[in-house]
Amino acid sequence: MELFLQQLFNGIMFGSTYAIVALGLTLVMGILNIPNFAHGHLYMLGGYCLFFFAGTLGLGYWAGMVLSVAALGLVGVLMEKFVYRPLNDQPHINAFIAAVGSLLFLESFALVVWGPQGLRIPNPHPQAIELLGITMSVQRLLVIIGAIVLIAGLHLFMKKTIAGATIEAVAQNREGAMLTGINVNRVSAMTFAISTGTAAVAASLISPIFMLSPSMGAILGMKAFVIVILGGMGSVPGAILGGYLLGLIEALGGGYISAAYKDVFAFAALILILSIKPTGLFGKREV
Amino acid sequence: MFTKPIHTKLLYLVILAAALLLPWYVPDAYIFQIVTMSVIFAISTSGMNLILGYTGQVTLAHGAFFGIGAYGVAIMTKAGISFWLALPASALISAFIGLLIGLPTLRTRGAYFAIVTLCFGVIVWIVSGNWIELTGGHNGIFGIPRPSAIPVPFFGEITFFTQTGMYYLSLAFLLIVLFALHRLVYSVFGLTFMAVRNNEPLADSVGINTFTTKLVSFVAGNFIAGIAGGLYAAIIGAVSPTAAGYMMTFNFLIFVILGGMATLSGPVVGAFAIPIIMEFMQFLEDFRMLIFGALLILVIIYFPMGLVGGLRRLNEKVVAWRQRKTTESGHASS
Repeated sequence: MELFLQQLFNGIMFGSTYAIVALGLTLVMGILNIPNFAHGHLYMLGGYCLFFFAGTLGLGYWAGMVLSVAALGLVGVLMEKFVYRPLNDQPHINAFIAAVGSLLFLESFALVVWGPQGLRIPNPHPQAIELLGITMSVQRLLVIIGAIVLIAGLHLFMKKTIAGATIEAVAQNREGAMLTGINVNRVSAMTFAISTGTAAVAASLISPIFMLSPSMGAILGMKAFVIVILGGMGSVPGAILGGYLLGLIEALGGGYISAAYKDVFAFAALILILSIKPTGLFGKREV
Repeated sequence: MFTKPIHTKLLYLVILAAALLLPWYVPDAYIFQIVTMSVIFAISTSGMNLILGYTGQVTLAHGAFFGIGAYGVAIMTKAGISFWLALPASALISAFIGLLIGLPTLRTRGAYFAIVTLCFGVIVWIVSGNWIELTGGHNGIFGIPRPSAIPVPFFGEITFFTQTGMYYLSLAFLLIVLFALHRLVYSVFGLTFMAVRNNEPLADSVGINTFTTKLVSFVAGNFIAGIAGGLYAAIIGAVSPTAAGYMMTFNFLIFVILGGMATLSGPVVGAFAIPIIMEFMQFLEDFRMLIFGALLILVIIYFPMGLVGGLRRLNEKVVAWRQRKTTESGHASS
């Protein structure tokens, strides 16, 4: 029972990360129709930015997190402007290839600047709480609470503010949004900034627990894709639900079946589901 | 449209002669090894170009099929089967797995297809690193024997113990693959590939079976990847999961895009030029991938047809300019 509860707790923690990262990805994919393969690598860059601000500059964990989110938001705006916007009118295939190019660029950027060895961010909250026989470190609890706060905040932003409404409008109908006077380019840039900023939040929350490495974003980015496709492209609840579900499946599968093959489960499930329903579980339209 | 002018044919002849005489003017064993690998990568990249460039399906599992070919030859030759049997068998296994994967995944389109193939690629990579009984785990398989000699009547036999022998073997396969691809893409059936790429619903409505077309292209491309992988295993003498990894796929992607999508020469140019440029940029170390990542983005935005496509466009401009000039001077003299 203790093992089960411990795995459940870890599953929810991983699921929180997956949910935030997939949320950022689904926003970009739903609104801009851009398969941003580099999303996982932006998450990785967020972790390294936290290391730079909190560790190298010594500004402390929370200030480092805020600066990391701001830095990644800027990276997102630049990426939208210089990589994806010029490809808007070209065949879709070119946008994927540009995404692979930016992924390679970001990974080698981290490699050049910070080196291939794993880096550790000092854990700001090393205390642990014992409850129901399982150990919960404060930082792990913070991941779960942080994810809930972020999701709730983003929901309020999308539903209650005008800026959020413009994002939904562009997602529903690009031309229609233009006709009502929405600056589509500005909305795209804003969406990208939110997407990369949330990736930085996820990375900042979880990186004090694990090591940073330049390749840490690759597998996570692909899992985010799996979640987004299964949950339906552009569907925010689908991404959140899918994220928590994948976290739980992996933690329980890894704990009870096979740890080495735990990544295979998610990818095999995707191939299986797409072969039955080519547009994803809740997919509404084709890209 | 399909016939080439005489100076282009001459250029191809010069390149062929240069390739055949290569062992005489590249004495350095290290550079020669790189060129031999380029031949292998050119074969594999040509296969990827068939799927990506001509049929317009972004496959990100090409490295996996290359790896399946390599592991196939490694496992079979270690078990005592002749290389000459193991190579076609592994290529067929690659093609067959391609068929099994293509049947479900080719029903998806665009981004979905790219992601599903990427997922398949990662599965192959993880399995090759963890199925220790079959693949030797992360250490891979060592000591793969060289192909056995081919007896030729009245001449002796062709041996493959030297690097030169392996170079000619790979070059022969590259020429066969390029010839087959040339016959394929300039046939009526080859035109259906491009029809599917340019407008799938339109191709469907004029009576092309788009699914079968995509499947044939995918299976043929993976067959070629399997051949290249098998040759790679025999030349290097060892395989490890990196041969099946997604970085391999991304390397092939760089070769295709920078060389020139949807041209037969583009992937070959890319596969030869880029490893050699990388070698000269050795002093830049990790900065190289930084540059190539940025280059990939720039090329896809400004020159989507790559180096060969860019040169072709330049050539067309020169020809147009020259024609305009001759007509103008004709007007002036009359």
